Amino acid sequence: MAADPVPAGPVGHHVLSVLVENRSGVLSRVANLFARRGFNIVSLAVAPTEDDAFSRITIVVDVESAPLEQIVKQLNKLVNVVEISELDPRRSVERELMLATVEATPEERGRVVELVQIFEGRILAVTHTEITVSLEGHPSKVDDFEEMLRVYGIRDLQRTGRVALPRLDAAATRPT
Amino acid sequence: MDLNGGQSLIRALETEGVEVIFGLPGGAILPVYDPVIDSPIRHILVRHEQGAGHMAEGYAHATGRPGVAMVTSGPGATNIVTPLADAYMDSVPMVCITGQVPRAAIGTDAFQECDITGITQAVTKHNFLVTSADDIPLVIRQAFHLATTGRPGPVLVDIPKDIVDPTSPHSATGWDWPSDEEVARSLPGYRPATTGDPEAIERAADLIMEAHRPVLYVGGGILKARAAEALLELADLTGIHVVTTLMARGAFPDDHDLCLGMPGMHGNYTAVTAMQRADLLVALGARFDDRVTGKVAGFAPDAQVVHVDIDAAELGKVRRPDVAIQGDCRLVIEDLVAALRRRVADGVSSPDRRPWRSSISGWQERYPLAYEPAAEGDQLKPQMVLEHLRDSVPDDTILASGVGQHQMWASQYWRFRHPYTWVNSGGLGTMGFSVPAAIGAKVGRPDRMVWAVDGDGCFQMTAQELVTASAERIPVKVAILNNAYLGMVRQWQEMFYEERYSEVYLSPDLPDYVQWAEAMGCVGIRVESPEEVQPAIDKANDVDDRPVVVEFRTDSREKVFPMVPSGKSNDEIQVPPFQAGHGVGTGEGGN
Repeated sequence: MAADPVPAGPVGHHVLSVLVENRSGVLSRVANLFARRGFNIVSLAVAPTEDDAFSRITIVVDVESAPLEQIVKQLNKLVNVVEISELDPRRSVERELMLATVEATPEERGRVVELVQIFEGRILAVTHTEITVSLEGHPSKVDDFEEMLRVYGIRDLQRTGRVALPRLDAAATRPT
Repeated sequence: MDLNGGQSLIRALETEGVEVIFGLPGGAILPVYDPVIDSPIRHILVRHEQGAGHMAEGYAHATGRPGVAMVTSGPGATNIVTPLADAYMDSVPMVCITGQVPRAAIGTDAFQECDITGITQAVTKHNFLVTSADDIPLVIRQAFHLATTGRPGPVLVDIPKDIVDPTSPHSATGWDWPSDEEVARSLPGYRPATTGDPEAIERAADLIMEAHRPVLYVGGGILKARAAEALLELADLTGIHVVTTLMARGAFPDDHDLCLGMPGMHGNYTAVTAMQRADLLVALGARFDDRVTGKVAGFAPDAQVVHVDIDAAELGKVRRPDVAIQGDCRLVIEDLVAALRRRVADGVSSPDRRPWRSSISGWQERYPLAYEPAAEGDQLKPQMVLEHLRDSVPDDTILASGVGQHQMWASQYWRFRHPYTWVNSGGLGTMGFSVPAAIGAKVGRPDRMVWAVDGDGCFQMTAQELVTASAERIPVKVAILNNAYLGMVRQWQEMFYEERYSEVYLSPDLPDYVQWAEAMGCVGIRVESPEEVQPAIDKANDVDDRPVVVEFRTDSREKVFPMVPSGKSNDEIQVPPFQAGHGVGTGEGGN
């Protein structure tokens, strides 16, 4: 598999991987801390880890470094937060899943299918007028795919937000 | 052993060593109140839930032990949100038990239902919604552990009725008191710091040895860490002057040669100016609050900063420290003292600090705290009342205060000689704090004399708790400095709003404070002339079987000085007008 491209994300784009206790209310505690400071969460993905006592939250946030340091410290004060690492995008693997329903008349369907094949996506459902496709990949690749599909007319679209882990070949985490 | 959830909860509080609960029952918490009858824990029945919260805080301030409040769901719970926010801002250890509607009714807009864990998320160190009677002992242990360790704070435990109500099958439970290890294991994300990083302490010791103009900037964390003795040792060893913030009054004796008093917006000229001119600030359990720093960009511009705090989030929050040490203040100071002693033993010496000491004594001489005595026939000066009170009570008297001018004068004119003798609302600035907080302090320290200094505006917010004090025979004393105004607001309107007095007048005699006090079972005394001041204080000090309220009619024109106007640099400190003309305002006064 080809290496992920180094994403040309905007300045201030940070990925936090937050290990939390898997309990009700924890996500709201985490999200509220960002809201209180007026930081917009770009994307957020949550699911239990291999040990279902814990969940991992992957948060992408656009913020300068200094306020980020403060919010990481505040996050660390939450009793249910076990560990926080900031993932350096250059030293992590990141993935995102997108589902999209695209307008595709029989005449256009072939071109959409070709696009799905180029991006190594999947076709999930087809009708006479629409086609639902999925793509899993690095968020920048998903961005590109979304852009290409836009030409045909996107009826519905859902992205998961990114999930990330440190790359195996590097000590990619910066303990915070 | 079989018991119900309510019995389990009270038993858990007993096992935690709780000696008193401040509270008020209601529908959802009823089953927990039943076993209170059979418990050795004292319950103080308040008249409003806010009172329960501030009493728990006052108790905690005075004793260092966590205060406990218990209220019902819905309005009972929302009424205690202000004390929780207050305790959160001032790091006061407190556990609050709230009743909740039965689990099946949660989320249905049931009678007296509110999402109190949601509401208090931002104003508690942590909160819990207990969902099983079996969890009660562990959650109570977790709550006390969280409230009292690390940076202390309030913890709320919300208890649905069906897990404590003996008529509900869900309330049946056993008794299993968790061990320390189980508690620690149950909180995998909670690891409070203790000792500081040894390398950072060595660097701090170097900076302290090298400084020409050092100041110890002492905050409330010193008191929370029980570090007053360690601080005294550090100051005596190094000969470095100490400022004690509003939250730290009493942490260092005011009559010590090295004490400069309170810094900040209404701080002593010398405390403020010494910090401004310092080349090293050693911040100990302080958080660079805006009321201390003034305009941050202009604060202590030449100072390097050593910042010691148990909360990593305070390090670098406002001012980037040159040396940051996360740890318990007492342990860090002890290590710092050891590091400094090693340097002294090795013959390391400090620069000549005589010029600095002489600057400080020059400022102290020129700009002492002072006020103009009342002219013949004028109303009482509040500062004069406080001086008389200060000089008429035992050294270890506990002083509680509300929020506003009277609070600043109390902090300025009192002479604190012992830690834990000052109980006030610093961070949140909660008017109405003093009466219930004084009651809580007196419950915790019945051996001490407890005075509340209050303003007339503050008093009207929580005075009903004097009914509680009378009923429970808690003989606190209240000095109302009645200037007929919301005095601090009036001062700002006079100074910054062109004397346009908008909605600040309260009236000197509506209500009649003496009649009101007597109606609440207290002794009520009114003082209008200077000759009456001392006899009234003496009389109040002699009453020990009920609360006393002394109303002092004070001069509404009196303002708190010095003052650093909001948003201005501390260099722009204003001294009282009669002291001006000494080149004041340049911040260069002195030698």
